[in-house]
Amino acid sequence: MNTIEQIRRILHEVRTIAVVGLSAEWHRPSFFAAKYMQDHGYRIVPVNPRYATAATDVLGEHCYAALTDIPFPVDMVDVFRRTEDVLPIAQQAIQMGAKCLWQQIGVMNLEADALARNAGMDSVMDRCVKIEHGRFFGGLNLVGVNTGVISAKRFSNKA
Amino acid sequence: MTDHVFQAETLAIHAGQVPDSATGARALPIYQTSSFVFDSADHAASLFNLQTFGNIYSRLSNPTVAALEERVAALEGGRAGLASASGMASEAMALMTLLQQGDHVVAAGALYGGSVTMLAVSLKRFGIETTFVDANDPLAFAAAMQPNTRAVFAESMGNPSLTVLDIAAVADVAHAHGVPLIVDNTVPSPFLCNPLRHGADIVVHSATKYLGGHGTTLAGVLVESGKFPWDNGKFPGMTEPSPSFHGVKFYETFGDFGFTMRARMEVLRVYGATLSPFSAWQILQGTESLHVRMERHCSNARKVAEFLKAHPLVSWVNYPGLPDHPQYDLVQKQMRQVDGAPGASGLMAFGVKGGLAAGVRFIEAAQFMSHLANIGDTRTLIIHPASTTHRQLDAEQQLSAGVLPDMVRLSVGIEHIDDILWDIDQALHASDRG
Repeated sequence: MNTIEQIRRILHEVRTIAVVGLSAEWHRPSFFAAKYMQDHGYRIVPVNPRYATAATDVLGEHCYAALTDIPFPVDMVDVFRRTEDVLPIAQQAIQMGAKCLWQQIGVMNLEADALARNAGMDSVMDRCVKIEHGRFFGGLNLVGVNTGVISAKRFSNKA
Repeated sequence: MTDHVFQAETLAIHAGQVPDSATGARALPIYQTSSFVFDSADHAASLFNLQTFGNIYSRLSNPTVAALEERVAALEGGRAGLASASGMASEAMALMTLLQQGDHVVAAGALYGGSVTMLAVSLKRFGIETTFVDANDPLAFAAAMQPNTRAVFAESMGNPSLTVLDIAAVADVAHAHGVPLIVDNTVPSPFLCNPLRHGADIVVHSATKYLGGHGTTLAGVLVESGKFPWDNGKFPGMTEPSPSFHGVKFYETFGDFGFTMRARMEVLRVYGATLSPFSAWQILQGTESLHVRMERHCSNARKVAEFLKAHPLVSWVNYPGLPDHPQYDLVQKQMRQVDGAPGASGLMAFGVKGGLAAGVRFIEAAQFMSHLANIGDTRTLIIHPASTTHRQLDAEQQLSAGVLPDMVRLSVGIEHIDDILWDIDQALHASDRG
């Protein structure tokens, strides 16, 4: 389990997020999450072989077939794939020097988690990057979710 | 490394409100507005698509109301909360999110009269059947389950029967059939009992009672645990594309607060039983002192119960905090300790010697104990349920709800204990004079 402090720091440090398994369908959770993060100032790098050959962008960004095709560094690799598919993604994330491996809700590859941690990366499992951002920097509390935040400091929506 | 775990006393004051970014106001501002401006057309589209969190219109969400929702969710140890205009509205929101025509509910017989009416009369009109069972007997819940059962509904402490639900045992029955247990936790308040920690899946509250405490304001809150597996095949509304939101799947998209999101967006939004921001603010003024008040309610009630038990003009006393209550072991297991004894809340029932007529004389002779249809106020409240709160039920339903003809219900307040005992004693003597 990651602490509140760790997740706040990750969301503060990260600027570029490669979203593996990003759907171009507007009502899919991966699209929800990526659009939200893009709206909150993060650069989204779509990774999905389904759209990589097409001329159409996803969320206005070029879509790559694989993580290893991305020709520039990314800070976070956010995984919308089945648990059993995460290990090679974690290996690629380490190779390309990403700072954080983030497995979405329901995705919990313990081996990939350990691999990323041993390589000195931050690693988060079974959480949604959008929900965690909303939890600390605005919005999640507006729909009645128990954020766990107890603080007398003035609220800031800047990660 | 782990996060610090805050206690209920701290959550009652802080959860759900940090000073806002615009003003830094320490106390909770009242956002008395129907609507909220959009940053852009794209922002508006994202909000309506549920792709970003934010406010659109106060029928759906409002920052002041949200503070109450998060506070009660935190006090219950739940994942998320949804407030509505009354306790009955919150119960309706929970049931209407779960149920559709042809579904079946297993419910405790010893329920608040309004809840019985909702299930037995109102939801029945929409093709939803309810079987009422003995709340003391988890096996009775099991025996009533049907293939189309989609919810089990009970009170952690029956009002006014004071039946104590074996939450863990009834949760096991519900879960064995793949359905959630909904618990009305109004009487203990979240300070004394947290049903979600014993296996319940959804809690509903009349916040009008102990959460507010002042008796000025109506409100209700539902809280989900975030642990129920909605994808077990019995709840297509949670897993299939929503026709109200162009194909959003609530459980997949919002995960462990998917039930609350669906209740907000598909039920509260549509039926409009919204809580006003001013009412939410008033309830929260009371919630800040919930822990202090509940401790006093418990210690006063225990002394009142002992006093009544020894009184020559009282025929019987039903208070779960007395060691001879048949479910005292359950009370010890499920309720917080207050002053070295289980905190059994402030509600009790007793019989006045001389039956119905003497009971009515007792109520009319009270000096500062208020004769009214509410519980959980700072003031001591008394009522005769058979002729008031439960009069819409027939005699058999009254007995099933634990309402006897000679029963007086007492909601012990937080006035000085000597004064409460004085008023009870003088009213009992007046009842005896005929």
